[in-house]
Amino acid sequence: MTPILVAERLGRVLAGEVPVTLVRDIDLEVGRGEFLAIMGPSGSGKSSLLYLLGLLDTPTSGRILLDGQDTSGYGEDQLAATRLRKLGFVFQFHFLLAEFTVLDNVLLPMRRLGKLDEGAARKRAEDLLEQLGLREHARKHPHQLSGGQRQRVAIVRALANDPLIILADEPTGNLDTHASANVQQILHDLTRQLGTTVIAVTHDVTFANAADRRIGIVDGQIDPEWRA
Amino acid sequence: MSLQLSIAVTQLISRRRPTLVSLGGIALGVAFFLAVSSLMRGSERDFIKRLIDNSPHITVSDEYRKARKQPAIEEWPDGAVEVRRVKPLTEVRGIRGHAQKLAFIETLPGLRAAPVLLGSVVLTFAGRNEGVTLNGIVPAKMKGVSTIEEKLTQGSLEALATNPNGLVIGEGLANKFGLSMGSVVNAASPGGEVRTLKVVGIFRTGNASYDENQTFALLKRAQGLLDRANRVNRFTIQLDDPYAARAVAAVIERQIGYKAVSWQESTEDLMSVLLVRNLIMYSVVSAILVVASFGIYNTISTIVMEKIHDIAILKSMGFHARDIRRIFLAEGVILGALGSLFGVSLGMGLMWLLAQVEIKPPGASDIVHLPIYWGWEQYLLAVGFALASAVGAAYLPARKAGQVQPVAILRGLA
Repeated sequence: MTPILVAERLGRVLAGEVPVTLVRDIDLEVGRGEFLAIMGPSGSGKSSLLYLLGLLDTPTSGRILLDGQDTSGYGEDQLAATRLRKLGFVFQFHFLLAEFTVLDNVLLPMRRLGKLDEGAARKRAEDLLEQLGLREHARKHPHQLSGGQRQRVAIVRALANDPLIILADEPTGNLDTHASANVQQILHDLTRQLGTTVIAVTHDVTFANAADRRIGIVDGQIDPEWRA
Repeated sequence: MSLQLSIAVTQLISRRRPTLVSLGGIALGVAFFLAVSSLMRGSERDFIKRLIDNSPHITVSDEYRKARKQPAIEEWPDGAVEVRRVKPLTEVRGIRGHAQKLAFIETLPGLRAAPVLLGSVVLTFAGRNEGVTLNGIVPAKMKGVSTIEEKLTQGSLEALATNPNGLVIGEGLANKFGLSMGSVVNAASPGGEVRTLKVVGIFRTGNASYDENQTFALLKRAQGLLDRANRVNRFTIQLDDPYAARAVAAVIERQIGYKAVSWQESTEDLMSVLLVRNLIMYSVVSAILVVASFGIYNTISTIVMEKIHDIAILKSMGFHARDIRRIFLAEGVILGALGSLFGVSLGMGLMWLLAQVEIKPPGASDIVHLPIYWGWEQYLLAVGFALASAVGAAYLPARKAGQVQPVAILRGLA
């Protein structure tokens, strides 16, 4: 499988009177269309690793190659542009903008990118909502939806600019069993049908078992022996 | 509509109450700014207009700005010369060669000039005496330099030309003496000359002091009465452009030698008082807008605090720091612009109401409306200051929003 994302000796230390190591010497390759689950105990550095892989945080050592490009020299603007074009995020909390309708929330990243005109962007947003069974909720506001529906809208928004990788931080952490299974299925289908890579941090063993590969993080390092 | 603008509008609409409070603050600030400014500027312009309309733009008098030097000192300016016990030559007061000098002044473009002989006389009627100022004038020329013709309620200046013993008086004097058109009064000069004059015109300027003390007679009659044959001691000059008075006065004074005083020079102290008054006024009304801008700061700061997660998600999505800054700056601009719009409407309403107020100023005999200035520049100033305050108030929270680190926010929630 061609690697779409490569992390080399990745490290992140929070500076301070007592420096805190969040991530230490991680080497990782993620293939195109792969579904990778990152697991580990609370505070082990899973989310920190995800933020580094998603270019939300800057490593203090090592480097990340995304789609063959070394991102270590990128400035704020270049990082933001890369996130906009190539990455999509889904968080434990849906983080939909409350004042906007479902459709407008999905349109936000497309409007920011400006690759599609308004009509084409709207058509794509409606198609994506249709695919995830949310077409009839397009005009609603987030507070009118269930938790599972909101998380599906967040996935649609993450998919809006057709990203190479979806990074998900505890995407089912706030959902009931039925909604969790639904989200898990959607993310799984993405890798199979669209070839989108999914990297998900999770505590949910069932969710992790659906992934192509699972890695465990303990004390900021990959632990090959780790078992949930 | 740009994406940042649409987010800004949506956020403001979703927070109606603080948005309305901020708008109200700016609107009231702009409205009071306009009301006070229009009133102050209106009174200033009214004052200047009265100055310009009711007094000559330039007055040339029979005086010199500096005492004339002794010929010996002019001849040997660097010599060790001291001239003691010099007594200037006694001469009849008045402008020498006034006809030639007036002819020169009249060759200058954009002005009208009239010769005047000004002196004091005592009017006597029915056993009562009253000292007044007598203006000896040439009616045809005086019309071009004075508004006195417009202020006549009875008779005309022309009547002076047809009746050499005619006298035009103010309504205040007429009422005091019980005079009416055709009444005959005696006028006595300080030199003892006495003439009998007939009232051929009565004016009312609204200035009680002027209406009681100023009188007009034919120049020839005044010269005879004041024993100053063929003399005038004033040139009264009106310009098409009153604001050119200072420059024209300098030209005239340089050419004819006599002191030529523009209306600006004669009212310099008043003008500086007006300037200070305007500075105080604009400082006070601007302070209202500065206070109002704190409302905007508060509103936008609160939105930034409340929307910190939205900001984090927008940045994680790929929005730049400048996109985020623009959203909150746009909110400041929207509040400033809408507040200004409402403020201008409200301000115009207040100005209209003020314009309806009637007052009787001290010393005036007529009731007048409050003078209101409707000039466009004060709207521009109010709106410009309101917008600047609003953008200034939005800048700090906008900068803070742009600096939000998404990871710090997301970690806090993880």
